Amino acid sequence: MTYTQRFDGRKIDELRPMEAKIGVVERATGSAMFRIGKTYAVAAVYGPRELYPQAMQNPLKGRLRCNYNMMAFSGSGERVRPGPSRRSKEISLVTEKALAPLVDLTAFPSTVIDVFVELIQTDAGTRCAGICAAALALADAGIPMKDLVSSVAVGKVGGKIVLDLSKEEEDHPDGATDIAVAMSTRTNQITLLQMDGEVSADDLKEALQLAKKGCDAIKNVQIQALRDRYYQEGNNE
Amino acid sequence: MGLFVQDKDIVVPGQELAEGMDYLPSGDVIREKDKLISIKVGTVSINNRFVKVIPLAGKYTPKREDLVIGEVVNIGFSGWRIDFGWAFEGNVSLKDAVAEFVEKSADLTKYYNLGDWVLTQIVHVAGGGKIIDLSMRGPSVRKLGPGRLVRVTPSKVPRIIGKQGSMITLIKDSTNCKIFVGQNGYVWITGEKPEQELLASEAIAKIEAESHISGLTDRMKVFFEEKGITRKE
Repeated sequence: MTYTQRFDGRKIDELRPMEAKIGVVERATGSAMFRIGKTYAVAAVYGPRELYPQAMQNPLKGRLRCNYNMMAFSGSGERVRPGPSRRSKEISLVTEKALAPLVDLTAFPSTVIDVFVELIQTDAGTRCAGICAAALALADAGIPMKDLVSSVAVGKVGGKIVLDLSKEEEDHPDGATDIAVAMSTRTNQITLLQMDGEVSADDLKEALQLAKKGCDAIKNVQIQALRDRYYQEGNNE
Repeated sequence: MGLFVQDKDIVVPGQELAEGMDYLPSGDVIREKDKLISIKVGTVSINNRFVKVIPLAGKYTPKREDLVIGEVVNIGFSGWRIDFGWAFEGNVSLKDAVAEFVEKSADLTKYYNLGDWVLTQIVHVAGGGKIIDLSMRGPSVRKLGPGRLVRVTPSKVPRIIGKQGSMITLIKDSTNCKIFVGQNGYVWITGEKPEQELLASEAIAKIEAESHISGLTDRMKVFFEEKGITRKE
């Protein structure tokens, strides 16, 4: 059985509807919300602030510290057990690694920049939505960045390469391969590449081309959100 | 080749501003191969061949000779620790604060106590911002009396002060308040009546929200006129 029609009626290279908003957490240094389909991510950045324990301080550059968390009520049906888990620790780490090459923290030695990513509602692609929100929040916090980061999942569902998998597709009865990709927006350098499942080398190349296309579309939404924040505040020019 | 943006355009991190060697990177702009790239969200400012980005958001980073407003958070044997919104506290040593001779076991709280707010000057920044020396000596530094604190984005401070202090004078004259602005984005307002202080903080909030749009001074004059305030010239 091949996967001819997507569950939600999208084309194979079509993203779910997206939305981005800057400045959603008033008390944070910078914050952003990113939604793709039914997945909502909120990211808040605090800092630069003093890093404790002191032994972890680096006198040459600041540290980026990310924390990913799925809220207890966020899942599709089942309650997510609150608190850190093996999964959330891993995603915190890959979020950090996806963002670290693009932020320049040499101006903030001995400090830490905390990025908290909270998933309010989830429907697959949470780490990707989290990275998109975190990149926006870092920009809003005024942290020097060489580039923004966009992220999307691609995969193989029922023999077809598709863009931006939903939870239903990830759980396809014929099996699905899920590849999370994050790219810098200007240079299209890959900063995150994870895969769950099996895929041939040729399919992977095709999938990455599709991811590039998806990231380009996400980039436009992200940039527009950053601009809107300042155009709207001043009731337009 | 050439510029991709105009003066005062809003740009985002990673945006290409110019190509070729005709333009030079200045504040918050980097060169990558032959392209100039913004590293912050901000407005473009082009000065001859120099392209810089004035950030619209971000925390204050301490610079030498800046006047900042902060709170006394700790008292040691020979000085005070001041929190002024940066990752690290600043240090005011006794010799930079008090002119008279002070006994070794003296009670330092009689000069500056915990919870006091001060307008102080940065005299030394070391270790990339980890060690900051502040001074309470100079023409404008002082202990701040009763009043209220307003926090603004540090990059908006020049707009609150205005050209040769024109904007801050407008607010002071219109509200009859004393106002001190720290480069760290802390603004201290002292007035005779709470209503005057509230009006001043409302005006400052308006400047912060609209500072990147031209014609700000005229709009602020209209703002005060609408509030029914006639300014003494």
